[in-house]
Amino acid sequence: MSNQEWTPRIVAFFCNWCTYTASDLAGVSRLKYPSNARVIRVMCSGRIDPQFILDALAKGADGVLIGGCHPNDCHYVEGNYKLLRRYRLLQRMLQDLGIEADRVRLEWISAAEGEKLKRVMFDMVAKLKALGPLGLPEKFKDWDQEMEALEHQVAAQAGPEVAHAH
Amino acid sequence: MDKNKQDLRIGFYICHCGHNIASMVDCPEVAKYVEKLPGVVLSRDYKYMCSDPGQELIAQDIREHKLNRIVVASCSPLLHEHTFRGATEKGGLNPFFFHMVNIREHNSWVHTDRAEATGKAKDLARAGIERVAHHRALEVKRVPVNPDVLVVGGGISGIHAALTLAKAGKKVYLVEREPSIGGHMAKFDKTFPTLDCAACILTPKMSEVGAHPNITLWTYSEVAKMDGYVGNFTVTVKRRPRYINEDLCTGCQECIASCVFKEPKFADEFNEALGKRKPVYISFPQATPQVVLIDPEVCLNFKKGILTDKCKKTCVEACGEKQAIEFTQTEKLEEIKVGTIIVATGFKTFEAERIPQYGYGRYPNVYTALEIERLVNASGPTSGEVIMRDGKQPQSIGIIHCVGSRDKKTNRWCSRVCCMYSMKLAHLLKEHTDAEVYNFYIDLRTPGKGYEEFYDKLLEEGVHFIRGRVGEVTDWAFTKEEEGKLVIRVEDTLAGYVRRIPVDMVVLSTGLEPQADAQDVRRLFNMSCGTEGFFLERHPKLAPVNTFTDGVFLAGCCQGPKDIPDCVAQAGAAAAEAMVLIDKGYVEQEPNTAFISEQECSGCKSCIPLCPYTAITYVEDRKVATINEALCKGCGTCVGACPSGSIVQNLFEDEEIFSEIEGVLAK
Repeated sequence: MSNQEWTPRIVAFFCNWCTYTASDLAGVSRLKYPSNARVIRVMCSGRIDPQFILDALAKGADGVLIGGCHPNDCHYVEGNYKLLRRYRLLQRMLQDLGIEADRVRLEWISAAEGEKLKRVMFDMVAKLKALGPLGLPEKFKDWDQEMEALEHQVAAQAGPEVAHAH
Repeated sequence: MDKNKQDLRIGFYICHCGHNIASMVDCPEVAKYVEKLPGVVLSRDYKYMCSDPGQELIAQDIREHKLNRIVVASCSPLLHEHTFRGATEKGGLNPFFFHMVNIREHNSWVHTDRAEATGKAKDLARAGIERVAHHRALEVKRVPVNPDVLVVGGGISGIHAALTLAKAGKKVYLVEREPSIGGHMAKFDKTFPTLDCAACILTPKMSEVGAHPNITLWTYSEVAKMDGYVGNFTVTVKRRPRYINEDLCTGCQECIASCVFKEPKFADEFNEALGKRKPVYISFPQATPQVVLIDPEVCLNFKKGILTDKCKKTCVEACGEKQAIEFTQTEKLEEIKVGTIIVATGFKTFEAERIPQYGYGRYPNVYTALEIERLVNASGPTSGEVIMRDGKQPQSIGIIHCVGSRDKKTNRWCSRVCCMYSMKLAHLLKEHTDAEVYNFYIDLRTPGKGYEEFYDKLLEEGVHFIRGRVGEVTDWAFTKEEEGKLVIRVEDTLAGYVRRIPVDMVVLSTGLEPQADAQDVRRLFNMSCGTEGFFLERHPKLAPVNTFTDGVFLAGCCQGPKDIPDCVAQAGAAAAEAMVLIDKGYVEQEPNTAFISEQECSGCKSCIPLCPYTAITYVEDRKVATINEALCKGCGTCVGACPSGSIVQNLFEDEEIFSEIEGVLAK
């Protein structure tokens, strides 16, 4: 990624049987799409722990893309549904944290849908560009500093009991 | 873990793949970058890692430099993970200390900026290096392969696959949905380009299937369920009632003659509804098995399929002592155990009504090609005489190619066989009727042995070829000579003007499509479909008969349109692939199963309902859950959901994935 212009960083979790294969197909078909995503392979989208997503965002990803098999098509019968449940819950939580819904995206992409993968990549990059950087690691630093400053302030003002209560 | 990290000796290899990777990724730079990462003792770039010297390089380096982790950045792990695990093992290391990074399919082939692609390759390589530190030695488990095979579909592909396996001494179950095997080929009159009679070459194979001691033939049956995994599938087959005891019926067909319906009255499926049959019937003279069946929808002893017992049952009288007729039969489910499955479920032809401007279903003298096959067939509804629905013999015939093929409005693909079968039908129709025959084509595609020569032969026979996609077929006459005829309106793209050609009969060369229930069959066998709906092979070139489900193979047109020689070749290949597993006797299972650390399990039971394979059970006395490794298929769904983090999936451990996340994001 060039230094002059900011482009979003995407961590992608793709299931082995559908979306990872679709991504291979996009390659074999020499489709061209933006290079923002870094793919991590899991056997099934059902393996994806919400912590992976939160961790990726916390470590500096601007967006997370999850790819699984279409409903009814899961290689492991219904792992994609299990993921869907977690995804819906996580989206609610992210909303409360002020993280835009477009940053964590779930797509069903079958092994034959190299074209769809390409489309999703373009679309996601465009949407993240519109949203701008998430920059959680920097925010964490800022917040830590704020908290520290606040703690000092409170400690200085109120004396030992408050610090104890804190 | 820190101690572990100090002991790390990682070898990193980046593959140029000729120009495939090197043209978009600066491989030496990536190698230089990785060399400085902690734990890496050796970092190389090499032209072809998958070549013998490339693999040998890994093995040698492991020995010389005492490497204990290997990372290769090259193509997709779905392609070469196995190769490099082998090389790692050859060097004396457990193969699971290897990790593969995909920088070709996911990088060099899909990006256009060299700097960006190189940056991405570094990120992915770093993630691989971080990940591999957490890898552990794993054991591959061997599971025996059941030597029996299930072949689904009894067309020429299924027949050939079943016979090949049976002749090699393997037990085969052949399941066919129709009352007889034979498939589409049984309906054809002749085959191109040799013009041998389809029945003459097919029926000996059919009877061989029927008689072979190694083949269990179940017609009028469908696969209802498949469970298990490669080497050990449990399949449930639904056997529909034919109201005839197959073991007792001798195929004498006395029952048909003595049916209370004196004349055949009901549309005959085998003859594309051009002929009629009785409620008790046999699909065609050479049907295998030679067993009749009763259609409960029209038999008088039933009403709307429900047994009423109100018919005189002259058929039962005629059957006499054989007592083969069993009106009380019901649907039966049979469970079989097989090790491998060959799916050869074939195709369906395009419904010509979908292109209304060609008038099929509106003008009686517009036919589909399959109807013509029956019409020119000696055992067809007209005993081989070409008599149209209006009772006349055609003097002129137009054959329209690419109906439902190469058309963005219907199907985009070329059906591969239509050019040739259209020419075959042109030849046969001319032979039978001496009519003027016009072919309307977009391109003539004759890429097979003797195919182009066949085209030349037709030109000599005086068959007309007009290049252009037909606009419409109409009975609206402009001139006197067009009256009472079907006018084909077409832009002749060689002559450069729009022509109107009046003919008596129109033949629509309908294309090949996936079976209507291909999606259900795909789910049944856990396969994938391509965008057009045909079953997807594992690799278009290197694994053309394999599917993404190990032990399930493809043969014939269910994978895509193809002609008979190709179907037979593919069926042979699928049989050979099945035999690879059978004769090897065992399969090695990817050790990506999950296990539960009992100390950490809180016994909350969240994981138990998540497992689709009921591999997780609750141990009452220890108050923990446990995973049956033999049942676990390694999806990791329970791992992702475990609140206490006590479930570990081999090869996809939490630490491995977290370190990969950290690796791709570290700057």
